[in-house]
Amino acid sequence: MTTLDEKSIYGPVTNWQTDFDHADPSYNENAHEIWSELRGTCPVAHTERYGNTWLPVTHEYVHEIAYDTEHFSSRGVVVATVKPSDLPDAIPAPIGGAPPITSDPPFHQDARRILLPAFSPKMIDEWEPEIRILCRELIADMKAADVVDAATQFAQHIPVNVIARMLGFPPEDGAVFRGFVHDVLEAINLAPGKRAEAFMALDAYVAKQVQDHIDNPRDDLTNFLLNAKIYDQPLSLQHVGGSIILLLIAGIDTTWSAIGSSLWHLATNPVDRRRLVDNPALMPTAIEEFLRAYAPVTMARVVKDDYNFHGNEMKQNDWVLLPFPAANRDPEEFENADQVLIDREVNRHAAFGLGIHRCLGSNLARLELRVAVEEFIAAFPDFEIAPDEVVKWSVGQIRGPRELPVRINARTL
Amino acid sequence: MKVQVDQSKCQGHNRCYAIAPELFDVDDMGNAFAIGDGVVEPHLAEKARLAVANCPEYAISIVE
Repeated sequence: MTTLDEKSIYGPVTNWQTDFDHADPSYNENAHEIWSELRGTCPVAHTERYGNTWLPVTHEYVHEIAYDTEHFSSRGVVVATVKPSDLPDAIPAPIGGAPPITSDPPFHQDARRILLPAFSPKMIDEWEPEIRILCRELIADMKAADVVDAATQFAQHIPVNVIARMLGFPPEDGAVFRGFVHDVLEAINLAPGKRAEAFMALDAYVAKQVQDHIDNPRDDLTNFLLNAKIYDQPLSLQHVGGSIILLLIAGIDTTWSAIGSSLWHLATNPVDRRRLVDNPALMPTAIEEFLRAYAPVTMARVVKDDYNFHGNEMKQNDWVLLPFPAANRDPEEFENADQVLIDREVNRHAAFGLGIHRCLGSNLARLELRVAVEEFIAAFPDFEIAPDEVVKWSVGQIRGPRELPVRINARTL
Repeated sequence: MKVQVDQSKCQGHNRCYAIAPELFDVDDMGNAFAIGDGVVEPHLAEKARLAVANCPEYAISIVE
C-alpha cells in the first residue's frame, strides 16, 4: 500500500455553483441534493480548482458532451491537480496514457476493438460460477459476526479478485491494487509532485508484472495484450501497460461502489429488501434501478480549444466533469427521478456512460453486482445499518460507500 | 412489426439482449443485432417496446 501524505491543497467548499470540489468529503455524501440544486440554478457549475473545471448536471448536457469528441478530448479522465497538458512526457492524444479510455477517434475505436471481445456478454457470462464461489467464500469468512462491514469485508474484494485473475496478477496483491486505485481516483487534490509519485509507483508495479508475463507467458489478458496487434504491429509496451492500468483502475472502485450502494439501499429500505428476498424475479429491474439511482461513475473530458458551451466560456485544457449519476436523476429524462423503484421497467440510464466510451467492462460489472447482491441477501435476508456506526462515502469521481457497517438480523447459514 | 438496431448508434450496452434475447443477439464485439429479419411475434411485442425504451443510445426502433 502506498503512503501518500494526504493533504488537500484546497479548502472546504462554500459555494457549489461557483467553487465546487468533487474531492470535498461533503460532495459525494450529499451528491443528489447538490446536483438537484444545481440543476435548478446553473445548470453548469464552475470552479477554478484543478485549473478550471466545469460541471454540467442535466442529462441533455452530459449527453451532448459525451457525444462531442470534436470539442472534448478523453486525454484526461480524472480531474486532479495534475493535467495531461502539465506532463511533458505524457502520451498525447489520440492515444493517451491508458488506451482506449484516454483515446480519441480515430485511434480509440481500433484500440477498443482489441479488448471488446474479452468483455462481450458471452465471454463474461463464463465467469459467473467463479464470482459466485468468491462471494460465498467472503460471506463464509464473516462467520457469525453480528456486525459486518459490507464494503470492506465483501464488496471491495469481488472486483479486485476477478480482475487479478483476468490479468494474471498475484491475487494476494489485492491491497496493493486498492492502494493504487485510491491514489489515482481519490488522492486527486494533493500537490502535483505527490500525485506524480503515486503514478510512478503504479507504472513500476505494472511494468514488473508485464515483464513477468514476457518471461513466463500464460493464458490471461496480459499475455493477450502482449500478443495483440494494432495496424499490423504489436502493441507498444506503453500501450500494453496503459491498457492494464485502465483495467486495473477502472474495474475496481467502480464495481465495489455499485455493490456497496446497492447493499446500502437494501440496508436502509426494508420494504425493497423484503420484496427482493421474496421475489427474485425482480432482480433484473432492481439491478438496473440501482445502477441508475446510484451510478458510481463520473467521467471527465479536456476542452480541446476555447469553446462556448451554451454560454459557458470554456478555455483550452479546462476540465469538464461528466456526472452520469446526475444525468440519471434528471427529472426531464426520468419519471420520479429521485425515487428508487426496483420494478422500474423503463430505465434508459447512463450508468455506463454514453457514446463511444461506453464502459468496456459493463457486462462484467453488471454480473458482479447481480451475483454479489443475490448471494448477500440469500445469506442475510435481513440487515440494517449498524446502530451507532457511520457509513463513510468515497471522495472524487467514483461514488460509493467505503465503510458500510451493517447489523445482520437474520441469516440462512 | 419488426425491430431494427442502428449499428452506427449501438455501443454495446446490452440492455436489449438482456430484456429480449428472443429478439436480439450480440456479436463478438458485444454489439447488438436483431435476430433473423427482426420480425416480432405478437407475444413478444411488449418486450420489443421495452428494448426500445431502455436503450441508452436510442439505437433501436420498431417498424410497424
